[in-house]
Amino acid sequence: MGRIYLDYAATTPTHPEVVKVMLPYFTDAFGNPSSIYSYGQEAKGAVEEARTKVAGLIGARDEEIVFTSGGTEADNFALKGVAFANESRGNHIVTSSIEHHAVIETCKFLERRGFSVTYVPVDEYGLIDPDDVRRAITDRTVLISVMHANNEVGTIEPIDEIGKIAREAGIYFHTDAVQTAGHIPADANAIGVDLLSISAHKLYGPKGVGALYIRKGTKLLPFMHGGEQERRRRASTENVPGIVGFGKAAEIAQREMSGEAERLTYLRDRLTNGLLERIEHSRLNGHPVTRLPNNVNISVDFVEGESMLLNLDLEGICASTGSACSSSSLEPSHVLLAIGLSHELAHGSLRFSLGKWTTEEETERVLDVLPGIITKLRAMSPLLKSHG
Amino acid sequence: MGDIWSLYSEKVMEHFKNPRNVGEIENPDGIGHVGNPVCGDIMELYIKVDDSTITDAKFKTFGCGAAIATSSMVTELVKGKSISEALDISNRAVAEALGGLPPIKMHCSVLAEEALKSAIEDYFARRKGKNNGDKSNT
Repeated sequence: MGRIYLDYAATTPTHPEVVKVMLPYFTDAFGNPSSIYSYGQEAKGAVEEARTKVAGLIGARDEEIVFTSGGTEADNFALKGVAFANESRGNHIVTSSIEHHAVIETCKFLERRGFSVTYVPVDEYGLIDPDDVRRAITDRTVLISVMHANNEVGTIEPIDEIGKIAREAGIYFHTDAVQTAGHIPADANAIGVDLLSISAHKLYGPKGVGALYIRKGTKLLPFMHGGEQERRRRASTENVPGIVGFGKAAEIAQREMSGEAERLTYLRDRLTNGLLERIEHSRLNGHPVTRLPNNVNISVDFVEGESMLLNLDLEGICASTGSACSSSSLEPSHVLLAIGLSHELAHGSLRFSLGKWTTEEETERVLDVLPGIITKLRAMSPLLKSHG
Repeated sequence: MGDIWSLYSEKVMEHFKNPRNVGEIENPDGIGHVGNPVCGDIMELYIKVDDSTITDAKFKTFGCGAAIATSSMVTELVKGKSISEALDISNRAVAEALGGLPPIKMHCSVLAEEALKSAIEDYFARRKGKNNGDKSNT
């Protein structure tokens, strides 16, 4: 068996059909969409066609989609764009304690610039209580930003309820849908969002391209100044091949979403149940039911995540951990701490995220291999004996 | 894909895959206990000392690949050394013996050095306690 990739939440391989439609835009159809001659117009047409496909994925109008360099830029754009454009109305932002760093760090930046931010907590499953969001709102609140689903523990948040609260209060609502768009329904109108971030490489598109949905009438500053691209909201020559690939990926995702979600949910539950059965002192992180179809996140007592990952890698299995032994802070995942895990359990977490090319044979292989790895690591763990 | 793409040197991976001297020593002459759960590395180092020479060393470690490899290496380095030689083993020496560590993982070698120092301190404390005990008996 070759390498087994179970880190689709980090990035996905680009779909071969996506690569195929991108290629001509590097060579034959290389034009700048701003040029009026045929090369330019051909490229412009391709960008607009892609825009329609991405808009279709989230039930938006074409002109509500702005292409960005990825999910992080979309998050930065939404938060800074709204915050700086609405300073006369207020300087308060409500978000959650388990957002992606692209949101959390942007909020921290805004705090240093005079904004105040409320980080709403989550329960043990990683769920945000919409009432906490409601209570956090003040007359100075200009934006609520809550992710659609958490990238680490997979919990899907009650964002339609939060959207309702935001609408009633007349406050802009942004959601980071990087983990959900193309995987589960993420309809901008059904959710009731004003801004929504998407990344292409999480849905079998290329890296370096994403989009921000901006509801018509939303007041926000442009992200980059320069040319007139993207209706003057994001200057810079368009990443035409990337955008074309993103469009194709969105089209395929929309077509395959429901079948794929069902297939992955089955594999997810098989893997989760198998792991919890075969590994003593292990627990599932995140909500057992209201979670992404492809996310398995467990914590294992007495062993550290990176050492599990390295052992899995030696077996050809690629996964991820919330342990941050290689980050400079050494602090484990803020998400795992927010759901109430001890530092030991946060360091002992493993995330398997499944995808289009994941087979049952592969998840069975994890079930065969991981218990042995844990037994070996526990034999050298000083934590085990203190728990008897 | 070649090894040049891996995070760790071949030697680190070798010690990670086959750590030497894993376990505890019964009736040790010194135990070092360092690290904490917050940073995700906890090391326990056991030493047996005979006539000021470290005759055996074992470890138990909760931590990343580098933490396990440095624990393994430090136990290898101290065996057969006198106490004063062992006190001269620096974190850099542990890292070098492993063919180097990524900069972000150097703290693991520091932890290994601290574990060793802590075990030797414990050895001195026990000896002192024993001597004092002996005196009070006379």
